[in-house]
Amino acid sequence: MKEGAGYPGAGVQWLLLMAWRDGKSGWRRLTLFMSSIILGIAAVVAIQSFSQNLKENIVLQSKALMGADYIIDSNQVPNEKVQQIIDSLGGAKVREVTFASMASFPEKGGTKLVEVRGIEGPFPLYGNLETVPETAAAAFRNNAGALVDATVMLQFQLQPGDTVKIGELTFPILGSLQSAPGSTALRSSVAPAVMIPYDYIEATGLLQLGSRQEYKYYFKSEPDTDLELLDERIDLRLDAENADLDTHTSTSERLGRRYDNVGRFLNLVAFIALLLGCVGIASSVNIYMKEKLRAVAMLKCLGASRRQTLAIFLLQIAGMGLMGGIIGTVGGILLQFTFPMILRGFLPFDVQITFTLIPVLMGLLLGIVMSVLFALLPLMGTWYVSPLQVLRIQDEPVVKSRRAILIILAMIMGCVYLFAFWILGDPVLAIGFLAGVLATFGILALMSHLMMRTIKKYFPENWSFTARQSLLNMFRPNNQTMTLLLAIGVGSFLISTLYFTKDILLDKATLESDANSPNLILLDVQSDQVAAVASGISDKGLPLIDRIPIITMRVQSINGRAANDIRMDSTSKVNQWILNHEFRVTYRDSLIASERLEEGKWTGKLGDSRVVPISISDNVARDARVGIGDSLTFNVQGLLMNTVVGSIRSVDWGRMQLNFSVVFPNGVLENAPQFYVLSTKAPDERASAELQRVLVKEFPNVSIIDLRQVVTLIEGILDKISWIINFMAFFSILTGIVVLIGAVRTSKYQRIRESALFRTLGARSHMILRMAALEYIYLGGLGCVFGILLSLIGSQMLALFVFEMPFSPSLIPFVILLPAIIGLVLTIGLINTRSILNHPPLEVIRKEVR
Amino acid sequence: MAKILNVRELMKSYGSGSRNLVVLEHITFDIEAGDTFAIVGPSGSGKTTLLGLCAGLDQAESGSVTLCGSALEELNEDQRAALRNREVGFIFQDFQLFPTLTALENVSVPLELQGDRQARATAIELIKKVGLADRSHHYPSQLSGGEQQRIAMARAFCNRPSILFADEPTGNLDGETGEKVVELLFDLNKEAGTTLVIVTHDLELAGRAHNILKLKSGNIVSNERTVLS
Repeated sequence: MKEGAGYPGAGVQWLLLMAWRDGKSGWRRLTLFMSSIILGIAAVVAIQSFSQNLKENIVLQSKALMGADYIIDSNQVPNEKVQQIIDSLGGAKVREVTFASMASFPEKGGTKLVEVRGIEGPFPLYGNLETVPETAAAAFRNNAGALVDATVMLQFQLQPGDTVKIGELTFPILGSLQSAPGSTALRSSVAPAVMIPYDYIEATGLLQLGSRQEYKYYFKSEPDTDLELLDERIDLRLDAENADLDTHTSTSERLGRRYDNVGRFLNLVAFIALLLGCVGIASSVNIYMKEKLRAVAMLKCLGASRRQTLAIFLLQIAGMGLMGGIIGTVGGILLQFTFPMILRGFLPFDVQITFTLIPVLMGLLLGIVMSVLFALLPLMGTWYVSPLQVLRIQDEPVVKSRRAILIILAMIMGCVYLFAFWILGDPVLAIGFLAGVLATFGILALMSHLMMRTIKKYFPENWSFTARQSLLNMFRPNNQTMTLLLAIGVGSFLISTLYFTKDILLDKATLESDANSPNLILLDVQSDQVAAVASGISDKGLPLIDRIPIITMRVQSINGRAANDIRMDSTSKVNQWILNHEFRVTYRDSLIASERLEEGKWTGKLGDSRVVPISISDNVARDARVGIGDSLTFNVQGLLMNTVVGSIRSVDWGRMQLNFSVVFPNGVLENAPQFYVLSTKAPDERASAELQRVLVKEFPNVSIIDLRQVVTLIEGILDKISWIINFMAFFSILTGIVVLIGAVRTSKYQRIRESALFRTLGARSHMILRMAALEYIYLGGLGCVFGILLSLIGSQMLALFVFEMPFSPSLIPFVILLPAIIGLVLTIGLINTRSILNHPPLEVIRKEVR
Repeated sequence: MAKILNVRELMKSYGSGSRNLVVLEHITFDIEAGDTFAIVGPSGSGKTTLLGLCAGLDQAESGSVTLCGSALEELNEDQRAALRNREVGFIFQDFQLFPTLTALENVSVPLELQGDRQARATAIELIKKVGLADRSHHYPSQLSGGEQQRIAMARAFCNRPSILFADEPTGNLDGETGEKVVELLFDLNKEAGTTLVIVTHDLELAGRAHNILKLKSGNIVSNERTVLS
């Protein structure tokens, strides 16, 4: 007998060697495990990497995006104090005035609502005005004509040399404006830009009462100027004069945050795809380990410890995770090159893609950590396998420690939480994400479990042999039914939720079809133009639906405290926008359909009272910190008017109609300087275009919004957004497909043996094919139906609590998504089982065994 | 001679509650170092269970097993594994080779577990001894049953065990191959001076041992020295 242990024992090197030896023969199966996470990691890395690039680009291009080092802007002509500040800063290099107006194109006979940008000076101070032809930018600086947005040029088939009429003036078009600092594709799609020389703005006659203008002063600072300090020093002074200072750094930070939010959301969608892949790994490793139990027992029999046997397989999985991480990361880096194309229309600039380290490290780390974590539960079985299994096969499942299971589950949830926290940067939101993921996966798993139990309990004994057998296949030992239902379910859930949400948003935006719902809104109609515009409408045989007076005013004081005092008081909880905003107010005697009285008493007409009772919207009451009976003093173009809050209304701002946050009773503002909004309903686009043409010609200051075009625009924007999200959700579906291929391949040997046995007993090929096909139809159908059902519940809750409107689901997900998913699952399943049918049973068994 | 295996009042049952099935009871015997020992009996008599208990692959309800001076019931699973790695070799009816490892890798595993740097060389030597030098890089699925069992024997002797347990070593082989394997087993055993414990219901094979222990329904029917002793 030997004395003591006396051996150095097997080290990590041997464990690695054994992991490699055992893994290399099963590399095909390991490749499938690996594929489950490749797509998820690719999606996460691509989004992460692109977001990083986007942020860096925004910082790098911040001056070019703004066109200056800093800008002072105001929506009124700068008063003396603002002008003094501008002068003290050395004077602006460029000044600009921007407002919305109708533009007409005499040669083509069309009209369009545009954003007029009157510019003086060498704009932009940084970056470029991109025009076609290139010389147009220089010619524009010499006051020679107008630059028109490229999409408008295309829409009206305009050429340089044609003309554009803005207000009273007609300008020759110098060229098309491809891009300019300060404009985004989204903004341009609402009101595309037309740039004209600043000197001609006055002569257009469009800067009159009612039109919203924005004045901008562009500055170039000395290289060593501390912009943050400058901002701190003068922004408060500017605020008091209704002006504002924006530096290129603060603007780029704001822009960065906006895109960051989109990036975070997409990242979480991508992470769901990764989680799905991990569920696939857990399921595949489970089956893999069942087949390895005797090898594990033999290793123990030969003297390997529990730790060593676990380590061998853990290393295998970690290696596979690392490989998946590497391939996924490389894929993600390549994938991000497609993003500028996908996100076109959302980005105000071209993104230069460069290599960023953090997403790469994250991809590799996610590959290893997620695959090991999700494989731990099935791997834990090796710990409890008795070496006695080499002598007799124990059919009972390996009993695992409940404590160990709980610890592993906690680790998985901890990891998901940490990732969500890393992405969202908010502990509560991260918990929300974790809870959402758990709820979605949990409900889908529960639905699948209940369905399987129901099928088992009420098994359709009277079905045909093929149909029964295919149903039974879903319960076969080592089946992956639950994993597949989860993968398909989550993918379908994501896609149909996106679809339903888009539906809800569009429903909200869709125009009412009844006769009293306007579809043409005429803005900035001056008091002396109302009668003529109204008769212009009726001359065309169209109804005049609304004639809404609008008076602009600012808050002077709240409960006797001057707005300036409140502004300077750092402890005040009054929201700044209340103090700085130019309110557009109307007067009328009754509530309209989009309003509901929440508090107080509605006053339709002022009686003898000297105090004016007004009605404010609930958001104004909340932000101004006022309630019923509180006093508000307004500055109505120089005249102070005392009011009290008589009522508070809730307003459905999403309704396509003109809503107001402050409403006066009749009998107060009738003599104040005011302008009007008129509305009518045109039966078709031709009638609408004809009316616009006539009105723009006679009343160039009137802006016209065709709500049908707005709806089309919203639809277009939602389409773009949903396309991006669908793109990410597609990764979940793709992951589901990989998991499906893995599942079919994993159980292939078993399926082949069963089928060979059936064929030996006389089953014909088409019967075997039908059996397999039916099984995949059940899987695809059930998974997709579960996903859509869960999505219906989720969308109903969204409609109820977020959008606060009824939800009537469309049948599209059932009509399109369901057959598409079933078809996909069926095709992939059958492709992977074709070898069963093409060869004689004995040959199949021999081939597969070998 | 010193006792290498000491079994006292061993009892083992399976199942629970009213369906408890006693597989072995009152099992007491000793094996001396260097001895050859056969355990025989009909199917279901408890032979394989007894082998599992003696080799520390399983634990009894009561009684004690002392293997190579260590009381197995006092060791935990990893300590029993270490003891097996140092002192025990195994041969199984269905060979139990790792399907994913080549013949050479299969044979070297026990020594690699010990961290022996000469594992590969020793394994090659043993594979030569069992006459399969040209098959050392083949996988088990590429070897015949007899060849697989010879590789299993090479693995069993690789760590120079003090005691070797063989469970029906010819059970899966045809008569002629079985005979050759038995010859090789006894030759290797003689050369290594290992204690050999064979579980079999082949009385001819059992007859080649120094001692035969007969089991029936979980009890020892006889424990006798043979003429060979």
